[in-house]
Amino acid sequence: MNGWQGWAIVICAGLVTLGVRASFIVLPPHTRVPTWLLDSLKYVAAAVLPALVAPDVLFRDAPVGETFNLYRIVAAAVATAFALKTRSVFGTLALGMAVLWLLKWWSPLG
Amino acid sequence: MNTPRSAYFAGLRDQMPGILGNVPFGMITGAAAVAAGVDPLLAMAMSIIVFAGAAQLAAISLMAQHAPGGIIVLTVLIVNLRMMMYSAAMAPYFRHTPLARKWLFSYLLTDHAFALVTTKFDKHQVPQHIDAYYFGATSAMWVIWQIALAIGIFAGTLVPAKWSLDFAIPLVFLSLVLPALTTRSHWAAAIAAATAAAFCSSLPLRLGLIAGAATGVIVGLLSEKFSRQEAKA
Repeated sequence: MNGWQGWAIVICAGLVTLGVRASFIVLPPHTRVPTWLLDSLKYVAAAVLPALVAPDVLFRDAPVGETFNLYRIVAAAVATAFALKTRSVFGTLALGMAVLWLLKWWSPLG
Repeated sequence: MNTPRSAYFAGLRDQMPGILGNVPFGMITGAAAVAAGVDPLLAMAMSIIVFAGAAQLAAISLMAQHAPGGIIVLTVLIVNLRMMMYSAAMAPYFRHTPLARKWLFSYLLTDHAFALVTTKFDKHQVPQHIDAYYFGATSAMWVIWQIALAIGIFAGTLVPAKWSLDFAIPLVFLSLVLPALTTRSHWAAAIAAATAAAFCSSLPLRLGLIAGAATGVIVGLLSEKFSRQEAKA
C-alpha cells in the first residue's frame, strides 16, 4: 500500500479528519447541534475501538489450522485487567507485549 | 494570562503532562507503521496530514492487510467521528476567532486539547487570550508528536518482524478505550461492538468493523434509553 495509492488514501483521510474536526467550529455561532447526533457520538469511540480490537486479538496470526490466536487472547486479557486497574497507556502496552513474547518463546505448547 | 505571550506559555505548560504521555503512543505508531510495511515517508506524511493517533494506527493496520482505500478512509472517518463532539464543545470558545484561524485550530484539535480547554474554562466566560492559550497547548503537542513518530519510524526499522510489534495496535486501543467506559451503557456499546465485529470479521472489505461500530452505537443508545426508563419507574 505505497506509491500513489497510499498518498491518495492519506490525503483523503486527512480531508475527512479535518472536516470532522472543523464541523461545528467553522459553522456560524449559535448553530443548534441536534441532540440525537451528540447522543450517538457519545458511543462512537466506545464502539469503534473494541470493534477494531476484537478481530485483531482473536484471529490475527492464528496458528495454521486454528481459528483463534490463544497467545494474543491471553496477552490482551492481562492487558485489559491492567488497563482497568491503572489506566496507564504505556504500562498496558509494555505488559501486553511482554506477555505475548513470553508465551511465544517460552510456552510449553511450543 | 494577561498577554498573548503569557497565555501561550500557560497553555503549553498545562498541556505538558498530556504531551509527554503521548510520546510512547507516537513512537509506537511510527514503529507499527514500519512493521506493517508502510513506507517511512508515507507514514510521516500521514502523521502530518491526519494528525490523529488512533486513526493513524487503524489506517496502518488496514494498510498492512491490503484493505481497499475507500474502506481505510471510511475507517479513519469513523474512528475520528468522536471529534465532531469535541468540535461542538469547542465552538463557543472560538466565537471571536477569525475564520482562517478556526481552520488551523480545527486541524490541531485533539482529545487532550478538548479535555484541557473544556475543563479549565467556562464557555460563558472565555478568557481574552484563549487563542494564544490554545495555540500554546496544541502547537507543542503537534511538534512533540511528530518528533516521537519520527523516532518510532527510525526505531521500527531496527525491530525484527517476529517481535509482533503490530500487536501494539490493539493494546494501545484497549488502553485508550477502557478508561473511557464510565457507564453501563458505554460497556454495553463496547461489548456489543466487539462481539459483532468478531462474528462479522469474515465479511469482505473489512465491513465487520462498520457492522461492529454500528451495532455498538445502537446498543449503547438502547441501553441508555432503558436505564433512563428504569430510573423513572
